[in-house]
Amino acid sequence: MEQIQLTGPHGPKPKKTTVSRLGVYAFLFSAAVFFCIPLYVMLITSLKGMPEIRLGELFSLPGDPSFAAWVKAWGEACSGVECNGIQTGFWNSVKITIPSVAISIILGSINGYALSFWRFKGSNLLFGLLLFGAFVPFQVVIFPLIIFLREVGLYGSLTGIILIHTIFGMPIMTLLFRNYFSSLPDELFKAARVDGANFWQIFFQIMMPLSIPVTVVAVILQTTGIWNDYLLGLIFAGRENLPMTVQLNNIVATTFGVREYNVNMAATILTALVPLAIYLLSGKYFVRGIAAGAVKG
Amino acid sequence: MEETMVTSAKVSKPRRTKRVQISSLLASAPMAIVAIGVFVVCVGYSVVLSFTKSRLFPNFNWVGLDQYERLWGTSRWIVSVENLFLYGVLFIALCLVSGFFMAVFLDQKVRFESGFRTLFLYPYAMSLVVTGLVWQWMMEPSLGLQNVVQRMGWESFEFAPLVDPQYAIYGVLIAAVWQSSGLVMALMLAGLRGIDGEIWKAARVDGIPTWRTYLFIVLPMMRPVMITSVVLLAVGVVRVYDLIVAQTGGGPGMSTEMPAKFVIDHITARGNVGLGMAAATMMLLPVLLVIGPWIYREYVRPTKH
Repeated sequence: MEQIQLTGPHGPKPKKTTVSRLGVYAFLFSAAVFFCIPLYVMLITSLKGMPEIRLGELFSLPGDPSFAAWVKAWGEACSGVECNGIQTGFWNSVKITIPSVAISIILGSINGYALSFWRFKGSNLLFGLLLFGAFVPFQVVIFPLIIFLREVGLYGSLTGIILIHTIFGMPIMTLLFRNYFSSLPDELFKAARVDGANFWQIFFQIMMPLSIPVTVVAVILQTTGIWNDYLLGLIFAGRENLPMTVQLNNIVATTFGVREYNVNMAATILTALVPLAIYLLSGKYFVRGIAAGAVKG
Repeated sequence: MEETMVTSAKVSKPRRTKRVQISSLLASAPMAIVAIGVFVVCVGYSVVLSFTKSRLFPNFNWVGLDQYERLWGTSRWIVSVENLFLYGVLFIALCLVSGFFMAVFLDQKVRFESGFRTLFLYPYAMSLVVTGLVWQWMMEPSLGLQNVVQRMGWESFEFAPLVDPQYAIYGVLIAAVWQSSGLVMALMLAGLRGIDGEIWKAARVDGIPTWRTYLFIVLPMMRPVMITSVVLLAVGVVRVYDLIVAQTGGGPGMSTEMPAKFVIDHITARGNVGLGMAAATMMLLPVLLVIGPWIYREYVRPTKH
C-alpha cells in the first residue's frame, strides 16, 4: 500500500532463516488467526442451516452451504412485530449517510478554510470549543438536543438525524481540513489575494481542487463513522428511519421461539459489508483518516 | 457581491478587506452556531438540569446537589463507574501492548506486510454492534467456543464469560480489544517508520540488542504516538455504549453496566432526567479536566501567527 520497498539492495544482507525469524512469523500468523476467527465464524455460520448449527461444530465448514439465511436476513427477518428483514435498515442507512457525509464535509471544509486563512477575532476560541466537542461524551449533549429538535419539529425525522450527524461530524471534519489547509504554502493564498480574488473565489477555484486527497479521507472517515453509528440513530432517527445497525440489534434481540443464529450472522455480515468494502478499497486513506483525528496542525 | 468587491478593490483597500471579512464571518456562522449552541449552551443546559428535579420533561425546581447525592447512593451507578475503570484501564493497556507488539513485529521486514496489516485493522472498520454480536455468538455457552474445546477432549474447559456476572466484563473486553488494537498498531507502525535510521545504525554500532533498542530508545521516542493512542482509546472508553447493548445488554444482572448506558437509560426509558444529567455531568468532569487545558494550550492560545 505504501511505497516501502523493503528488500532493496540497501538493506542488510539476507539473513538465513533463524529461530527469531521464525518467531516473528509465528507471532504474526497467530495474531492473524485471532483477528480472522470472528469473520470466519460469522461467514460459515451464515451459510449453515439450523440443524447443522445445533451440532455445535462452531468452526467446521458448512456441509451444504446455502444463502438461504442471507435471503431471509435481507427480506424476512423480524425486528419486533415487523418482518421485512434488514433491507429497510439498509436503505434508511443509505438515506441517512449520503446527505450527512456530504453536508458535514462541505461545512467542515469551509470551516477549515476560514480558520486557516481568514482568522478573525475569536476564531481560535471557536475552534477550541469545537475541538472540545470532539471529546465531549454524547450523553452530555443528547438531552438538550432532543428538546431542541422536538421544539422545531424535527425529532424523529430524517432531517433531524442528518442535522445531528452534521453537528457531531463538524469537529473532526473541521480539524481535518484545517490541518490540511494550514499545510499549504501561504504564498498561494497571498497571490490570489493580490489578484483580487475574494473569499469564495479562492475557496472554489484554488482550495477545493487542491483538497481532493483530504476530501477522500473525509468521505471514508464519515461514511464508515455514520454507517456504524448506533446511539444517535436509535435516539434521533425515529421509528421510520432506524439505521441498519439499530435494526440489526433489534433483529438479533427479537426471539420468537428458536434463535436463528444463521440468520443473525447473515444480517450481521450484511451490516458490516459497506464499511468493510470501503476499508478494503481505500487502503492507506483509511489509515490516514485514523491519524487525522490525532495529528495537530 | 463579487462584482462590487472587484471594482471597489481598486478604489479603497481597507474597505475591500472589511467586505471580505464579512463573507468569512458568514461562512463561519454554522461553526459558531454548533460550537456555541451545542458545545456550550447544550452542555450548560445539561449541567443546569442536573440541579433540578426534572423527571420525564425538564423543569427548573431547584434541588441543589440532591441528584448527585442520590446518584452516588445508587448501586447501579457505582457498579457502572467501577466497571468503567476496570474496563478502561485494561482496555487501554492491552491495546497499547498488543498494538506495539504487532507494529514491532511488522517492522521486521516481513513478507506479506500489507496483508497482515489489513487483517489486523479490519475490525476497526466494523461497528461495535457487529463486534458485540459476533463475540456474543462465539461466547455462546452451549454452541460456541467452550463447546468446541470441550468436544475436543478438554472437558473441564470453561469459556462462557457472558453468562457469569463475575467474568462478563472480560468478555466485553476481549471483543473491544479485538476491535481496537489494530488502531494502535497502525499508529505505532507509522511512528516506527518515522524514526531516524541513524538511531538504528548507532545502536548497532554500539552492539545494543534489538529488543533493548526498541524498549529503551525507540519506545521513549514514540511518546507522541502513545499519547495520541491513549487519547483516542480513552474517548472510546468513556463513550462505550453500543458494544454493551449488543453484547450483554448490561447483564447478567448489572455486571456490565456502564455510565454511558446509565445516562441514556435514565433520559429515555426510566424518565429521570435530573439523575441522568447528574451522571452525564460526572462523565463530563474528567474530560473537561484533561482535554480542556490541552486544547487551550495547543489551539486557543497561540494567536500570534
